[in-house]
Amino acid sequence: MRRLLLATAAFVIFGAAVVAAGAILFAPEWSGDELRRIQSLSLASLPPLRPDPSNRVSEDPAAAALGKALFFDTRLSANGAISCASCHKPDRQFQDDLPVGHGMGDGNRRTMPIAGTAYFPFLFWDGRKDSQWSQALGPLENPVEHGADRAMVVRLVAAAYRPQYEAIFGPLPDLAGLPEHAMPEGTSAAVAAWNEIPSTRQAEINLAYANVGKAIAAFERTIVPQQTRFDAFASALAGGQKTGANAILNEHERAGLKLFIGQGNCVTCHNGPLLTDNAFHNLALPKATLATDEGRSAVVVKAKADPFNCLGPFSDARPQACSELKFMETSSPDLVGGFRSPSLRGVASRPPYMHAGQFATLHDVLVHYNRAPAAAVGRTELKPLQLTEQQLSDLEAFLRTLDPS
Amino acid sequence: MPKISRRSLFVIIPIAAIVLASGGFAAKMMEGPPSGLDLALSKATEHGAYIASIAADQSPIPVGSIHTWTVKVTTPDGTPAAGVAIAIDGGMPQHGHGLPTKPEVTTDLGEGNHLIEGMKFNMPGWWTLTVSIDGPKGTDKATFNVVL
Repeated sequence: MRRLLLATAAFVIFGAAVVAAGAILFAPEWSGDELRRIQSLSLASLPPLRPDPSNRVSEDPAAAALGKALFFDTRLSANGAISCASCHKPDRQFQDDLPVGHGMGDGNRRTMPIAGTAYFPFLFWDGRKDSQWSQALGPLENPVEHGADRAMVVRLVAAAYRPQYEAIFGPLPDLAGLPEHAMPEGTSAAVAAWNEIPSTRQAEINLAYANVGKAIAAFERTIVPQQTRFDAFASALAGGQKTGANAILNEHERAGLKLFIGQGNCVTCHNGPLLTDNAFHNLALPKATLATDEGRSAVVVKAKADPFNCLGPFSDARPQACSELKFMETSSPDLVGGFRSPSLRGVASRPPYMHAGQFATLHDVLVHYNRAPAAAVGRTELKPLQLTEQQLSDLEAFLRTLDPS
Repeated sequence: MPKISRRSLFVIIPIAAIVLASGGFAAKMMEGPPSGLDLALSKATEHGAYIASIAADQSPIPVGSIHTWTVKVTTPDGTPAAGVAIAIDGGMPQHGHGLPTKPEVTTDLGEGNHLIEGMKFNMPGWWTLTVSIDGPKGTDKATFNVVL
């Protein structure tokens, strides 16, 4: 009896070992659910870019050409030395590698790359703008970025780009007697000068200023995400070429991908072909400066009231096309300390990370997510991940496959 | 050291194997929705005042894009409920956050149907949607589960 018991126990254990070994050796590397997730992240899943309903020239090549010239024009700045391209460097994914942008002075946020932003419902780290054209107008009047103002910008367009502008948008307003510098918010002199301008004329200047943004947006729409090694891997998998796929991503990179779409929970916020959910999350980040930055919650009221938004007088959209703005969340406690999930395409080659460059390396970012500390302001959704150092290293290896190939 | 009987090994070994295997499996997966979740999209409200039915106007329900739903409210006998004010809210219980947008019931479509605009789910997973109804039969609500 005793021998029988031992023999049976040995048989059960041996059987279990055989089954387990078989499961490891012959199980497909990816489940059906994982394969679907991988394809959902591939650039092949990105739908064609639709025209921006709020910008009637979004698809106009002449507008894109004017926008490109404006993007690189340093005359659109207080010191004649700053253009959009000063911080959005074309050879650096249209960002500047600095913790915070530096124009006329130091900003308080990391410069964001441009590729794919035409798909985003909200722009800037706090999402205070709802279109590329409206976004482009912010830095021009920001004293630490271009330090310009709308009167100066419209004057420059009239002096340097009148034929191109008027061919696209129609006549520029009459600028006779317009102050050199005027804008509704900013230095007291520029604001006082703006308030002297009759409201009908203010509206004409605002329209021309909005058109400058629309031309820049038409150019920025042409900056699109590039194919990566991950995309090549996903295409090979979709075509059933498992061996070919495995020649594109190595074992560590594939392990990292599995964690990215699984235990790491990365894909909850970095989803879709642009690897962003376009939403705002509190990541319990360390403060970049002494001042508290509440992110999304601090700007929602202003974003709703922005005259350059989708529902404003300078938008070309019907109100029905402005759902993101119309139904945006404005009061949830989730918004406090919330910042936009950035696209992870090209992420490995553009440190530092987070909205104020708080982390110098991808490893620092991953360690932060793994630890999930409590939030200093608001509350965070992060939970500790309990990943090993090897798993963090695999995740980092995967993130490096998202660089343009 | 207490002696473990051989008989008990028969129980302990398979249980340990199952626990280890399922633990290892769970660790590899994202946190899934709880099992046995009621996925019915039509149900009586909590106090039985109404029956609420919800449906997305797109199939499959999209992740990442703003879209519309329809909610139908009837009395328990199936009569379309008239004169009701409806609010919609939701979130992800496992993540502790709400909807990324603030959807609203914007249009009375007749026959107890109402259009919900501004719906958006920004990530896959388990979401709840709560329909709150204020009408002639009083206030009541129903919470639905949606897994994307």
